Amino acid sequence: MCLGIPGEVIGYLPENRDLARVDVSGVRRVINVGLLADDPPVPGDWVLIHVGFALSKIDEQEAAVALSYLESIGQAYTDELAALSQSRIE
Amino acid sequence: MRFVDEFRSAGTAHALAARIAELCEPGRQYKFMEVCGGHTHTIYKHGLEDYLPESVTLVHGPGCPVCVIPMGRVDDAIHLAAHPGTIMTSFGDMMRVPGSQGSFFDAKARGTDIRMVYSPLDALKIARQNPDKRVVFMAIGFETTAPSTAMTVLRASAEGLANFSVFCNHVTIVPAIKAILDSPDLRLDGFIGPGHVSTVIGCRPYEFIAGSYGKPVVVAGFEPLDILQSIYMLMLQVRAGRAEVENQYTRVVPYDGNRAALHAINEVMELRPYFEWRGLGFISHSAMAVRPAYRRFDAERLFEIPGVRVADPKACQCGEVLKGVLKPWECKVFGTACTPETPIGTCMVSPEGACAAYYNFGRMNRHRVSEVSVS
Ligand code: SF4
Repeated sequence: MCLGIPGEVIGYLPENRDLARVDVSGVRRVINVGLLADDPPVPGDWVLIHVGFALSKIDEQEAAVALSYLESIGQAYTDELAALSQSRIE
Repeated sequence: MRFVDEFRSAGTAHALAARIAELCEPGRQYKFMEVCGGHTHTIYKHGLEDYLPESVTLVHGPGCPVCVIPMGRVDDAIHLAAHPGTIMTSFGDMMRVPGSQGSFFDAKARGTDIRMVYSPLDALKIARQNPDKRVVFMAIGFETTAPSTAMTVLRASAEGLANFSVFCNHVTIVPAIKAILDSPDLRLDGFIGPGHVSTVIGCRPYEFIAGSYGKPVVVAGFEPLDILQSIYMLMLQVRAGRAEVENQYTRVVPYDGNRAALHAINEVMELRPYFEWRGLGFISHSAMAVRPAYRRFDAERLFEIPGVRVADPKACQCGEVLKGVLKPWECKVFGTACTPETPIGTCMVSPEGACAAYYNFGRMNRHRVSEVSVS
């Protein structure tokens, strides 16, 4: 839950502008981007996600670095990804 | 992996270590605290202490939110979850944290309806789907997760959901750092500041550490070279007699933090006069509660909660570990009675806890190695 997971923004949900679809290591899920309202991400942007909320915009290089950190920590990341894949934010 | 190699290069690590060594004054010891459990993890995973000169020591701080939840609070949550018609929802990390009558997992096994969720927004969905049940979200974490809880309460409020509430256990990092600075047990030369928490709060809240306590702070990223670079920046400050807040992790952390996130927290939550931290005791203004304006979503007002205070188990030395006074392996039950499968203390539960990090990587640090070789 402390892990910041990088995801690539795919697009927004038409019914709620705070909700965006992201791709996290091939898993596509909906997250809330309302905390980036000052500078909303556009499709193709990368964000760091904490418990279903994007907390910061990052560049592609930082996304790769963050992902490799997560992969290095093993089980905790596997568990977090498993939790994320169960997530059904709407 | 081109991007990543830049942060992992052994050559650069050795070069940085050499520059750190050049800055050490003969006969002087340097002690820096890494506040965040994510940093602890990187330090053990990559054996960073082995790169550093003997005179530079890293000590672990209290920045693992699961580790600091006191026993009594776990008991309260389980009591709350047992109210008929209630569904408790929780992050997976919280499930194994021991209370005096066992953990959430144990309570679940006894039939209490406790469900794991990835996000508080998933808990909100459970509430929508179960209008005849009262759904409570066990809110834990530092400022990294507090905005999510706040945004979820705002959403519940906008939707007029009547069966959703949060059991708020959010803690705030700065008072814990202050408690450590005020404690006579430990003399520190500076802090490696937390990465993700600072995404939200920015760097300004640490300025008192430099200003009032004269200790440098460098907010750091999570890669091995980020941490070595931060130690180098700390050493430069110490050597020059400076104490400032610097940001090594500008790639992610803006100096002023995330305005929208701070606004959401402030809208929904207020500081408690005091809160108990596992192992550290009561710390003033160190945690947040739901504001009266959102009382309809505050489980502490909606449910009868015993508010028990339970002393930590006698064998447990998590407090000393969280304050950086003891290294995990110095705890008497480390690796014997206390393991990740059978945790006695919380530092063994979360993968970010210092004890779990030591245990999982089986890394003998240099002090341990020397101790083992003389015994
Ligand atoms: S070994 Fe267990 S009881 Fe000892 S400090 Fe670590 S978590 Fe606490």
